Amino acid sequence: MSQYIMRRILTAIPTLIAISIILFSIISLAPGDPLASFAADPRVPEAVKENIRKQLGLNDPLPVRYAKWATAMLRGDWGTSFQSRSPVKDLIGQRLPTTIFVSGTAFLLAVLIGVTVGILSAIKQYSVFDQVATFVAYIGNALPTFVSGLFLIIVFGVKFRWFPFIYRSNVDQVGLAGIWERIHQAALPIMVLALFECAALIRYTRAAMLEVVKADYVRTARAKGLREGRVLTGHAVRNALIPVVTIVALRVPTVFAGAVVTEQIFRVPGTGSLFISAYNNKDVPVIMALSFISAVLVVTFNLVADIVYGVLDPRIKYT
Amino acid sequence: MSAPANTASATPAVALDALALRKKPRSLWSDAFRQFRRHKLAMAGVVVITILVLMTLLGPTLWRIDKDAIDFSASKVGPSRAHPIGTNDLGNDMLGRVIWGGRISLAVGLFVAFVQITLGVVIGALAGYFGKTADNLLMRLTDLFLALPTLPILLLVVYLFREPMRAAFGPILGVFLLIVFVIGALNWMATARLVRAEFLSLKQKEFVEAAHAMGATSSTIIVKHILPNVLSPVIVAATLGVGAAIITESTLSFLGIGFEPDVPTWGRLLSESRDFLDIAWWMAVGPGLMIFLTVLSINFIGDGLRDALDPKKSR
Repeated sequence: MSQYIMRRILTAIPTLIAISIILFSIISLAPGDPLASFAADPRVPEAVKENIRKQLGLNDPLPVRYAKWATAMLRGDWGTSFQSRSPVKDLIGQRLPTTIFVSGTAFLLAVLIGVTVGILSAIKQYSVFDQVATFVAYIGNALPTFVSGLFLIIVFGVKFRWFPFIYRSNVDQVGLAGIWERIHQAALPIMVLALFECAALIRYTRAAMLEVVKADYVRTARAKGLREGRVLTGHAVRNALIPVVTIVALRVPTVFAGAVVTEQIFRVPGTGSLFISAYNNKDVPVIMALSFISAVLVVTFNLVADIVYGVLDPRIKYT
Repeated sequence: MSAPANTASATPAVALDALALRKKPRSLWSDAFRQFRRHKLAMAGVVVITILVLMTLLGPTLWRIDKDAIDFSASKVGPSRAHPIGTNDLGNDMLGRVIWGGRISLAVGLFVAFVQITLGVVIGALAGYFGKTADNLLMRLTDLFLALPTLPILLLVVYLFREPMRAAFGPILGVFLLIVFVIGALNWMATARLVRAEFLSLKQKEFVEAAHAMGATSSTIIVKHILPNVLSPVIVAATLGVGAAIITESTLSFLGIGFEPDVPTWGRLLSESRDFLDIAWWMAVGPGLMIFLTVLSINFIGDGLRDALDPKKSR
């Protein structure tokens, strides 16, 4: 097992290097000059422009720039934003807590609700509960966050005025009121993200559970006279959750990527909106750092999913 | 695969059977169609999609208000007889715009599904059939693509090639081709894995061995003998791919990346509605409902097809 983990980690490294090369080439090939607005300014003398380009290393050939970027990244230096002139690390550090709060809460909620509903609806297959749950899952799957988000804003933000639909990062109330305000304003984005994730998880869990309920060992458990509750929790659910856990791990990166859209809808000042504004301003270091983080998340959680699967399911033998 | 039961070399002893066989032979496809028609939600999906397609094709000729006709006197009016789903801030008729946007969304969905299925089938078939080095290389490529951060790459590539494509093929066709190929190129991996797995198991089967023995070339075996057996899951993947592609394209448009601002794709219409949600909710509801209905119907159809094409499920 530990040998397998080691090997998987070792294969993850070339993958990350390949991704970083791909990302770096795409970004560097982009036609727009990151200093376009600056370069077009006639008041800045040519020599100064040239000096700045040299300082930023924009004149080096591509492989040299990549090598510089990679070594700096390894040392923990993520570069400086072209736009705000502050270190990329600080920019991301300021935004990350908001994204983790909103997307993380949404994901936790989605996992709790989605898995529970999925299990219950498989146990009571074809019941009213099952039909409603399946239908809700269908709806959630067909409602991208930018549609459900706008609809929820219209209903709960505009019509009923229950929730604000613009997120403020600097909530000024202190104490309990401040905490309440923070939860209150995050409610809509959390609901939107959670609905979408929940829909997928209900379907996965339900399918996994339906497969297990028919298995021989569940029939055996019943045959030897176990109470129904014990059969379900001890035998069925435990096995059904094995694939679900890996799916949950695999979806973590998508949740954070999905934040790009939800943060745009609700104007949440998180990493997703940082990415979009960096993209609009051709702020290469920020785009590169965020894209790479998202690649690291994907690779890491793929690894986690594989390892967890092996740990949970003794039938899987890694050699 | 159920072979058609038309072994017409019936001896006189089974003449009665032969009589029965003269009825239309049941094939996989007619069985699947019968099964599919029983799936109520899938049939509902077919009806809705047909209506939507007809609407986008015929709509602009039947609904005569131009999508670009600006009328400031009718800015942001709610649903009325003249404008069934209202107008936007410029007084453009929303129905006209939604119909027009539907053409793009549906076309993007279909073509992306085509691109991603073609790529997935070719890569999966080659890896599964030839195995060894080819398999290893192609599967590493698949793993690499699966690990790519999709949204950033999409945004970057669209941004990077938008101008050249626009110059080469015109503002709408250029961006259309670009978006279709980029979304397709980032979504073939699931199909490739599925096709590879099927090929791995099917190439061991006797009928492939028989084809080999008769001297069939690799390309004949792949295309004529193995591929037809893989078709069912591929059709399901293609159907669901259409819905996913429509969502991806709308996401890009919503983020303001992709088609020009004056091309009213559903995502773009939603993004424009954001600033007027408190005074003109209909600007969001029209295009939002269209995305929802389209994707929901396609998913229903996909599920219906999955059940219908699964020989284990046929009764």
